[in-house]
Amino acid sequence: MDEAVTERVRALPGTLTFLDLIRKNKRDSILLIGLMLVLNTFLGAVMGGAAISLFGSIGEPVGFWHEYADTAASAANPENAVFIDQRLERTAERAARAPLTMLGLNLGVYGDGRRTAVYVVAGAVVMMLLTAGTAAWSWFNGGKAIMRMVHARVIAPEQDPVLYNVVDEMRLAAGIPMPKIYIIPDTALNAFATGRDPEHGIVAITSGLREKLTRDELQGVMAHEIAHIRHLDIRFSMLMAMLVGLIVVACDVLLRVGFYGGVRAGGRRGGRGSGGSGGGSMIAIMFLLIAIVLSVVAPLLAKMIQMAYSRKREYLADAGAVELTRNPRGLASALRKLAEDTEPLVETANRGTAHMFIMNPLRRAKQAAAGKRGRNSRHNRSSIFSSHPPVAERIARLMALDR
Amino acid sequence: MGWIFLGVFVLVVVVVGFWVVGMYNKLVRYRLDYENGWAQIDVQLKRRYDLIPNLVETVKGYASHEKETLEGVINARANAMQVHDAADAGPQAMGQAEGMLTQALGKLFALAESYPDLKANANFLELQEELTTTENKIGFARQHYNDTVGRYETLRQSFPSNIVAGMFNFEHQEFLEFEDRAEIANAPQVSF
Repeated sequence: MDEAVTERVRALPGTLTFLDLIRKNKRDSILLIGLMLVLNTFLGAVMGGAAISLFGSIGEPVGFWHEYADTAASAANPENAVFIDQRLERTAERAARAPLTMLGLNLGVYGDGRRTAVYVVAGAVVMMLLTAGTAAWSWFNGGKAIMRMVHARVIAPEQDPVLYNVVDEMRLAAGIPMPKIYIIPDTALNAFATGRDPEHGIVAITSGLREKLTRDELQGVMAHEIAHIRHLDIRFSMLMAMLVGLIVVACDVLLRVGFYGGVRAGGRRGGRGSGGSGGGSMIAIMFLLIAIVLSVVAPLLAKMIQMAYSRKREYLADAGAVELTRNPRGLASALRKLAEDTEPLVETANRGTAHMFIMNPLRRAKQAAAGKRGRNSRHNRSSIFSSHPPVAERIARLMALDR
Repeated sequence: MGWIFLGVFVLVVVVVGFWVVGMYNKLVRYRLDYENGWAQIDVQLKRRYDLIPNLVETVKGYASHEKETLEGVINARANAMQVHDAADAGPQAMGQAEGMLTQALGKLFALAESYPDLKANANFLELQEELTTTENKIGFARQHYNDTVGRYETLRQSFPSNIVAGMFNFEHQEFLEFEDRAEIANAPQVSF
């Protein structure tokens, strides 16, 4: 027994096994959804606050909700309505002020406190539902949606028996079901894997890369992708692609709302300074400022988390690939070919999906040039914004496993 | 006082109970893993048995006088199938028979090198890719099977999970070793 146990190849660092990686990815996926829910709900609240300046004039009761409430109340009993209205207003004012006070923004929420609260809550609820919806939708359709985004088409075993056999060999080594194989008709060199679990796994390769690799190299690349599936990186990166995409879109909207809203609010404030609108404009402008800052910071933050996670996962998938093939040279030689190629995959890849590929599909030329300059050149060090570790470092780590 | 002892006792029983259930389920899961791994090997072994008669026929057309090698393959296949279908065939006996078949096939492909006409035959090339990938798949499926058996055996034999394994009679499982173990351990590699 002992002999065969020692025969098992250990390529992952320390005592880490693929089972640990699966557990970590399951946990991280849940954490990611939670984090995105909180972040997006907050974004939605700010969006709602900023939207006031777009959809209503501050300090005047033209908001549809306000008008409706007034009309309904006065129709029932004019005298009573004023009393209830005032009480409602005070309650809403306090409710609206609470989160802002907590944020250290002690703003004067005056006459339009209730309407502010409605907008803020509505924005928060809409974004929360959107986030939950996106997560749920991508859970079931994310893989196929990403395939559509990169214009990939599924292939049958007869269309490319060798590719099919190589993938079959690797999935047997990993002990997972056969994934679907997609071809991306593009001369650029790249490959990636996605899906929510190994039962719904997908591997994709560009036709350019398929043609350029020997069987050994193809085996290395496919082992890397199968390792992503086996480690369950695919679930995390799929959710990441979808949710970061949502944040980028939301922040884009926020920036526009902030900008146009700022122009409008500024113009109105300068135009006429009636009693209630002074304080109201203050809130609006504060919201707009937060909106603009957030819309710049949030996507950057999301990107940084995304990239930090994906860099580490690339190294682990390289090591996982060696545990499957027991041959680091195939993948290393494939990576060398990938690094030499400078054609970016811009037609099909974007910043939302960049982290899923075996090689960064966007900044290929710079990376390749850096690769030639050697391991320690300035451009070759990994920055916090690069989705992939430097190729030279990956090859060096692979060759260290070659005994 | 009595209540406290009773409470502690019940708590300990409940905790141990949960642990035993958890460990039992883990052992079952690991056993299922290697059984699945074995099934995957089996599929590939059968695929290899099916491919061989075709290959032998094709080679015969070009190198009918290489009787010894051809018969070696036919006999190794028959032997492997017999061992495979025997009710009590364990991984050890099967490993031996399949290892011999692998070696016999290796000889046949080496022989084909000296027959350019055979090497140019489309049918032969197709069979060669099929058999090569099947050989690779057997190797990789075996690698995975041995990994899962290793995981299962480690859990089964180490303390304290061995108590649960003993209680519910989780049996020892053998690794699958082929005759030419040293070769296969060095990764099944095919280059074109």
